[in-house]
Amino acid sequence: MISVRKVSKSFGRVQAVQDVSLEIRAGEFFSLLGASGSGKTTLLRMIAGFEAVTAGQILIEGQEMQDLPPHLRPINMVFQNYAIFPHLNVHDNIAYGLQRLRLPKVDQARMVDEMLEMIALSGYGMRKASQLSGGQMQRVALARALILKPKVLLLDEPLGALDKQLREQMQLELRGLQKQLGITFILVTHDQEEALTLSDRVAVMANGWVIQVDTPAGLYDHPKNRQVAGFVGTMNFFDAVVSVHGQDRVADVAGLGRQMLNGQAGPHGNCAKVLVAIRPESLVLSSTEPGPGKPSVPGKVEARQYLGGRQILHVAVEGRATPVAVSTFAHRGEDSWAGSEGRPVWLTWGPEAINVIDPD
Amino acid sequence: MARYTGFHAPNHTLAIYAAVFAFVLYLPILFIPIFSFNSGVYVKFPLEGFTLQWYVNLLGREPLKAAFWNSVKIAAAVSVLSTVIAVPAALAIARYRMPGKAPAVSFMMLPLVLPGLIMGVALLGLLNRMGVTLSLVTVTIGHMVICLPYAISVLLPRFIGFNRSLEEASADLGEPPLRTFWRVTLPCNYPGILACVLMTFTISFDEYFMAFFLSGPKSTLPMYIWGQLRFPQDFPSLLALSTLILLFSFVLIFTSLRLSKVGQTAQTGALK
Repeated sequence: MISVRKVSKSFGRVQAVQDVSLEIRAGEFFSLLGASGSGKTTLLRMIAGFEAVTAGQILIEGQEMQDLPPHLRPINMVFQNYAIFPHLNVHDNIAYGLQRLRLPKVDQARMVDEMLEMIALSGYGMRKASQLSGGQMQRVALARALILKPKVLLLDEPLGALDKQLREQMQLELRGLQKQLGITFILVTHDQEEALTLSDRVAVMANGWVIQVDTPAGLYDHPKNRQVAGFVGTMNFFDAVVSVHGQDRVADVAGLGRQMLNGQAGPHGNCAKVLVAIRPESLVLSSTEPGPGKPSVPGKVEARQYLGGRQILHVAVEGRATPVAVSTFAHRGEDSWAGSEGRPVWLTWGPEAINVIDPD
Repeated sequence: MARYTGFHAPNHTLAIYAAVFAFVLYLPILFIPIFSFNSGVYVKFPLEGFTLQWYVNLLGREPLKAAFWNSVKIAAAVSVLSTVIAVPAALAIARYRMPGKAPAVSFMMLPLVLPGLIMGVALLGLLNRMGVTLSLVTVTIGHMVICLPYAISVLLPRFIGFNRSLEEASADLGEPPLRTFWRVTLPCNYPGILACVLMTFTISFDEYFMAFFLSGPKSTLPMYIWGQLRFPQDFPSLLALSTLILLFSFVLIFTSLRLSKVGQTAQTGALK
């Protein structure tokens, strides 16, 4: 559907996007996730046609787009600040792109009304842009872009300006709308939760490079490197050295001791330096020493972060400078970890908890 | 000890200073309307009596009418032309990176501070060389030279502050550049453009130096006033005329300033 082939963009000496290639499928909800300065917005603006590519090709359904101006591309966009035309009312904003199509006024009005209904703003047609709330402007911007039935809808941090509650509601609506319409959505966001919630696939970007493209679950469970692992969710990182003993591959992990590695990907050589990554929710905490059979290490609770439904305990273990984050569910009524700071505890984990990743 | 009223509490000393400042600034101008209603011929206290005769006196003067209409014609042409010329220039300055832009812009603003006398002499010399006959057209040209930098300085901050993603949105919705300019850039900036028209109109309407050097047989309103100053018995009528011009200019400038503000708040349109 959309092919980005070896696209680069430089502003003077700054390389904003470096040799990016992506294949985005029809009907897919695709996200570009990255911190500010990662090149995600520049990449989106190149797809929309607001920036020229320095090198590479952008194809939509096999047609080259990189040399066309924005008004000739079969793409519509929802802007970060919505860009609602302040001199037009809601109806005229949504109908803006229809004028060029020279449709009868009656048809235009009907299409706008359908759109207003879809975004649950029926009866708001005569309102001025200044009379709308942030969430309403967001919906008008969406309707204005979707009324032209684009093949691709681009969304540039569309929910960034909304407060948390509204943002979560809009996320669900956006996802529902995309599934209902079947249009390809490409979303730019720096909010990893948003990317995971909305997307079919996510491309994680940093310093202009695409580091990993995967499904949300793929990114979360099998991050390719430290950058991705750190960016998507919380992650504990341990330095480790891999060695081979006969049939077994083991890792000496700082703070956790010797671990059997069975079936995990990663370097096979002797004495290879790796990084072991463990999600906070993959660790289990107990106040009594667990029996043998499962790996465990003793530690001491240093701090507690209460988050309502769950909590994160920061546990200091020997041989490691930073405490290990452990996530546990907080059960209603019994808050067994309240005031646990300073208490001795034991950490245990299953073999599937361990991810071996590249140290760089 | 006085109670602390906060860092942003009103400062009375400064407020009084500002009031005195404004008063002194407008004191000389204040005398013009006062004496225009005075029945005595000479400008001196005490005032004699209230009268409207000096205003009535203005009505019958044919040369005054002619001069007034000449000024209006010139000001109308100057304001429209200089705005039409300045809009693309200001847009280009606001938009594009070009080498030597900053010095070029300063250079364009130079006529703002150049003495009118020098500009007048220079233009007169140039037009003579070219063999152009002096007329209201040459005055219009002279006024455009003065008004263009003003026009740019009024428009530039507005175009710089203009949210470009509105134009991007228009292009994204399928409109080519000229249509985008027509449907988005112009209507979104019309208060600033109108402010520019009013401002340049006022400047041209009141201008004396260029008109003095560049006019042919027909004179403008400020020239008429200067010419009538020779006749002492005419002075109160000139005060009445000046009062009307003052009022007119104030209304135009005030409207233009208000428009600039209106535009700036309307323009945010997107985010608070």
